[in-house]
Amino acid sequence: MKISQFLPAAMVLVLCASHSALATTIGFSQVGSESGWRTSFSESVKAEAKKRGIELKFSDAQQKQENQIKAVRSFIAQGVDAIMIAPVVETGWKPVLREAKRARIPVVILDRNVDASGDGLFLTRIASDFVEEGRRAARWLMDETDGNCRILELQGTVGATAAIDRMKGFNEVIADFPDATIVRSQTGEFTRTKGKEVMEAMLKAENGGRDICALWSHNDEMAIGAIQAIKEAGLKPGTDMLVVSVDGVPDYFKAMADGDANATVELNPHLGAPAFDVIEAYLKGDRKVEKLITTTGDLFTQATAAEEYAKRAGK
Amino acid sequence: MSNLNTTAGRPPAPAKIKLPRVNGRYLWPLLGLFLLLAVNLAITPEFFRIEIQDGRLYGSLIDVLNRSAPVALLAIGMTLVIATGGIDLSVGATMAIAGAVCANLIVGGVDSIFLVVAAGLAAGLMAGAVNGGLVSYMGIQPIVATLILMVAGRGIAQLINAGQIVTFQSEAFAFIGTGTLLGLPFPIVLVLIVFALVQLLMRKTALGLFVESVGCNAGASYYLGINQRAVKIVAYCIAGICAALAGMISAADIQGSDANNAGLWLELDAILAVVIGGASLMGGRFSIPLSIVGVLVIQCLGTTIIMSGLPAKFNLLIKAVVVIFVLLLQSPLFQQQMGALFARFQKRTNTEAKV
Repeated sequence: MKISQFLPAAMVLVLCASHSALATTIGFSQVGSESGWRTSFSESVKAEAKKRGIELKFSDAQQKQENQIKAVRSFIAQGVDAIMIAPVVETGWKPVLREAKRARIPVVILDRNVDASGDGLFLTRIASDFVEEGRRAARWLMDETDGNCRILELQGTVGATAAIDRMKGFNEVIADFPDATIVRSQTGEFTRTKGKEVMEAMLKAENGGRDICALWSHNDEMAIGAIQAIKEAGLKPGTDMLVVSVDGVPDYFKAMADGDANATVELNPHLGAPAFDVIEAYLKGDRKVEKLITTTGDLFTQATAAEEYAKRAGK
Repeated sequence: MSNLNTTAGRPPAPAKIKLPRVNGRYLWPLLGLFLLLAVNLAITPEFFRIEIQDGRLYGSLIDVLNRSAPVALLAIGMTLVIATGGIDLSVGATMAIAGAVCANLIVGGVDSIFLVVAAGLAAGLMAGAVNGGLVSYMGIQPIVATLILMVAGRGIAQLINAGQIVTFQSEAFAFIGTGTLLGLPFPIVLVLIVFALVQLLMRKTALGLFVESVGCNAGASYYLGINQRAVKIVAYCIAGICAALAGMISAADIQGSDANNAGLWLELDAILAVVIGGASLMGGRFSIPLSIVGVLVIQCLGTTIIMSGLPAKFNLLIKAVVVIFVLLLQSPLFQQQMGALFARFQKRTNTEAKV
């Protein structure tokens, strides 16, 4: 009885072992699936691994660092060829990274940072460049308005890296245009509700928004809320007031397709491909790897919004 | 003899304080609100401009009222719960649950708006009943009992929404958040209706007296023949229903249910509003109108900060400073000391004038 129960399992194990002997095995510890962006990030990594014939061991940590550390330890025990971590927090990674180093397994950090740089504990970090996202949004707006624009800004949560860096990039670009000014800036805390509430008040403080040329929002959710506020103030978002944002969530593509919003810079969820590039090169013997590899998503406008929405909503 | 003197000397002192406090109970929170409005008048004169646009009143003051609607509803329920000596930390999570229930029913193809609203209210009632049951029948500390639902409730809402933001298109449901009735945004009308109902229930029936009596001394109330368990459950159920209404307003407002952020930390704003309104956290003393004034102080403050154009990083600090100020205004000891300071100052100037 017992042996017959174990037999299929043993066979699977043998099959797995023989399989992994052929293909590269990579362990991936993901934070969880708290947002639509995170889900597409995981899906993209899985799809990319399948395409390249890499055997991916995927572990969902449900927002807990201890689960991530457990997963990494089990990857080390299984003797994978490389480990990818999308960390939930920055601190507390040194011991487990040291264990991986002792086992000579290269580690690639995705998305958020870990507080272990300079120690050579990981191969590289691949992340979105928030500053560049801000720059791209600003460049599009300056092109569209010839650099003459009074802007309302909806910031993300105070102190969040994404908010600080997007603001920095945007301001850097508009500094070259003397006629472009940010007249008001407040935090909408990255949420739809706050975006709408804050926008309502800003519009009233600025003469109903009649002299405002554009809204720059640090994420799509706030922009979607703000669009409703603009409509209720009797203006037409997208024409009377341009709307530019960052993220590329499906609902925002729908707003662009409807003509209510103008542009968004996609927060790139496709971090899998560059990570696999680095790992494959490293395993082939290429030891010269940049410590930080940044990627930036493309800017989407109303022109392609309808088909992009169909693509994303269908997913 | 000296002992007698001191004890005999004492009673008049509380009586002295008590006199302004009875008047002051309404005076001080309102004074705080008026001061805030005055600051607004100084910063942006447009603050008080109200015009009619597309058949509805439009202006910053209307915005303050409209935006304070969810917290006002929470505060009405919270006032009753606090009056029974309890506290309800779960109302924010209940908002998220009600919003998620309604959004998913609409997306699932339920056309009847009454059914959707009824389901949302039922969710709130259920949450309230769970809280009330835990507190009154299981004898669990209110702060712990409602903490359970505060944590679990958001999880339930996320489960209902499958971890995503569920957006919907429903003119009828959106009316709850963005509609207009008699020129007023519908959330304001809703608050007025709920306020009138609860206030009548509390002040024109014996229930209000029962609530105060249970809050003052649950044991004594029991021996007087008051079913204190039932009174507590009713209070938590009303809080749950109010939270469900608030959740529907905020979901209807953005035409989407965001389980992560809907009503997040609003329970704390509601508690703050009740405290600014002068209710005792120990129970027994409450005033729903004053809690509403507390809500308006908080909301007005938020709008003031945005209108003033100060950098966003100052938001929380300014809020804290103003709240401390308003609470100090209500403290009898603070009033006394300020009065003494003022009197001394006056005396000095008087003597200086004489010299």
